[in-house]
Parts: sequence; structure tokens; C-alpha cells
Amino acid sequence: MRDLFAVIMLSGIYSLIAASLFITMDAADVAFTEAAVGAGVSTLLLLKTLALVDRHESTGPTRPGLAITVVIATGALLAYGTLDMHPFGETHTPSNDHIAAYYLENSIEDTGVPNVVTSILASYRGFDTLGELIVIFTAGIGVIVLLGQTGTSDSEIRPAMRQHLVLRVVSKILIPFIMLFAFYVQFHGEYGPGGGFQAGVIFASAVILYSILFGPEAARSVFSNATTRILAVSGVLLFACTGIVSMLKGKAFLDYSALAEDPVSGQLLGILLVELGVGITVAAVLIRVFLEFDERRWQPDDQRGQS
Amino acid sequence: MAETIVSFIAACLLLLGCLFCVTGAVGMIRFPNFFARVHATSVTDSLGAGLILIGLALLSDSATPVFKLLFILLFTLITAPTAVHALTKAAMHAGSHTASPIEELPASDEGGPSSKH
Repeated sequence: MRDLFAVIMLSGIYSLIAASLFITMDAADVAFTEAAVGAGVSTLLLLKTLALVDRHESTGPTRPGLAITVVIATGALLAYGTLDMHPFGETHTPSNDHIAAYYLENSIEDTGVPNVVTSILASYRGFDTLGELIVIFTAGIGVIVLLGQTGTSDSEIRPAMRQHLVLRVVSKILIPFIMLFAFYVQFHGEYGPGGGFQAGVIFASAVILYSILFGPEAARSVFSNATTRILAVSGVLLFACTGIVSMLKGKAFLDYSALAEDPVSGQLLGILLVELGVGITVAAVLIRVFLEFDERRWQPDDQRGQS
Repeated sequence: MAETIVSFIAACLLLLGCLFCVTGAVGMIRFPNFFARVHATSVTDSLGAGLILIGLALLSDSATPVFKLLFILLFTLITAPTAVHALTKAAMHAGSHTASPIEELPASDEGGPSSKH
């Protein structure tokens, strides 16, 4: 398929179907992430990339024989790998016997969080989540370094968007509720599906929607380059400082039970702070990445060709 | 008795909603041009999904799911027509279709993939 627009749309649909699949397997948090990130924001960013490059794939010299060989070889290897997998639904597997059972049994007593996914992500596996957050942060830095060199931007609302009166009115009604929902997901993550990652993505998509319809300058008046930079850094810092404070109080790094008198309420506080840090960084990085892409769109042609 | 009637009504609504969804899908495949297709899919979004959501709300036994379903219904009723409107307007401004789609109808015969936009 050479029409890249259709490819992007299909990948978004694929993400949405995958999210439905996760829902049927009772993995609500994963489904939430897949729907928000895969079907929502990454589709948007890919479309934004498409605005920078050509819509159709360039027809260079292709070697279908080589491609098919590589695909078949990889597929055969993957199929061979499935032979070692456990039968579907088997209870006594390393992934079930090893440490997951401990998490499931002790999550409420240790952390007081009913949603085990949140307690694993933020508390038991706090190191991993900190690493993931730093990956996102680094990706944001990479995009800023690659795209953010030139500073000219267009303050005009695009002529195509000025005609969309219905879109603008409806989005003005909806955007506050999208942001409210983001905060709900953020602060309800201990009890229901959701958490910092999803909340950050939803909040960022509200701002992105606003910037699409009302022009990037309108979004920049709140989320300027300096603001997003400070927010992105402060989220990571909040996460890391929570760990360092628990270290200063005499426990291990990211062991939140040192944060309060009662270990459980310390865990709750720590998880809240850490999730907030994740949400702030994810939202700031995504907003900034989108705005960088947006600014790039309006470069004159001679500058655009160099990348 | 009242429960039976309510569940009967809910079943009717669900069936009707499914019918509209199938109609929309058939319309999207069979209709000859872009505007007719968009019209068919908007039926799926508003009527099909709306009837299914109302039916599900009638079937649920506690208050919280009902509120959630009604919120989803409200959200769908706002967003789905807006999305279709934006799509149609974008297609009109792209200029690949005539301004009066009705006259275009007899000109294009089978709605093959070539006329897909």
C-alpha cells in the first residue's frame, strides 16, 4: 500500500481493535493506554509527520523477493518461538508462580491501593516506571533538538480551520471536559483503570485539539516553550525526588513507606506523587513534540528540504 | 412483570440498533459516492450506537452504569455528527467531488474501490 495516509489510518484502527482485545482479556489499564496512545496521539503525530513529507511512498527500486524472504524467515522464527510457550491459560508458569502472586495477595496490605496495576507500576516496580519516564523525557529532548532549531512560526489560524465553525464550537464545549477527564484518570488511578501515562496523554490531546483548531499561537500562549520545558523536567524531578526523600528518611530509593508515619499512607502519598510526576512529564513532552512538529509545518520550503 | 416488559423493550432497542449498524455498514460499502457513504456511516454513529446504548442502560440493574452509558450517549451525540460534518466539509473543500453530490449519483456506477476517497 503506497498511500501513507491510509497506512496511518489502518494502524490507528489496529490499535483500537487491540484495545478492544485487551478489554475482553480484562486488562483495562493496558487497553486504556493502547486506545489513548496508539489510536489517539500517535496517529495524530504520524499525520503531522505526513504533513511534512509526501503523502505517497516514493517508488524506488524495490526488491520484493528479499523482503518476502526476510518476512518469512522472521515469521518462521517467531512461530518456532511459540513452541516453547506455555499452553494458553496454564496456571503454573514462571510468570504466574514467581512474583505476581505476591503482588496480587499483598498489594492492598502493602500499599492500600485497590488497583494492583497501579501499585505494581508505581510502587513495586517504581524503578522501571522511572526508567520509562526518562525514556519519554529523552525522546522529547531528541525531538526538540532535531526539530526545534528554527523559531519562526505562523500566528495566523489556518484558513482551512477558520471555516470550521461547528468544529470550533463543539470543541470549545468538549475541551474542558476532556481536561476534567484527564484529571479524573490521573487522580482516580489508584481505584480504577488509568494513571499518569493515560492522563498525560489525554490532557495533551486536549491541548493538541485546541492548537489544531485555534492555531498553535493560542496553545503557545499557555504552553510556551519555556513552560513545557520546565513542566517536563519537573515531572521527572518530582518522581526522582520522591525516591530521594524516602532515601533520606532511611529506607531504600522509591520505598514510599518512609514518607509518612504509617507505611500504608506513605505508600499512598508516594504513589500519588509519582503518578503526578509521570502525568506532568508525559503531557508536557507530548504538547511540546506536537508544537514542534506544528512549527515545522510552516517553514519555507528551502529550509524544510534539509532534513 | 415490569422487568419482563423493560427487558423486552431493551431487546427491541438493541436489535434495532444492530440493524442500523448493519445498514450503515452495507451503505458504506454499496453507496456510489463519498457523500452518500458518509451519510450511511453517520446513521451507524448516531442511531445505531444511540439505540444500543439506551438498550444497555435499560438492562443494567444499578444506577452507576446507567449514568456512564448516558454520558457516553451524550458524548456520541455531540461528537459523531461533528466528525461527519468535518469529514464532509473537508471533502468539499478538497474539491475532488462536485458541490451537488445528488447530480453525481447516476454518473458513477458501481461503488468500486476506485471511487473510494
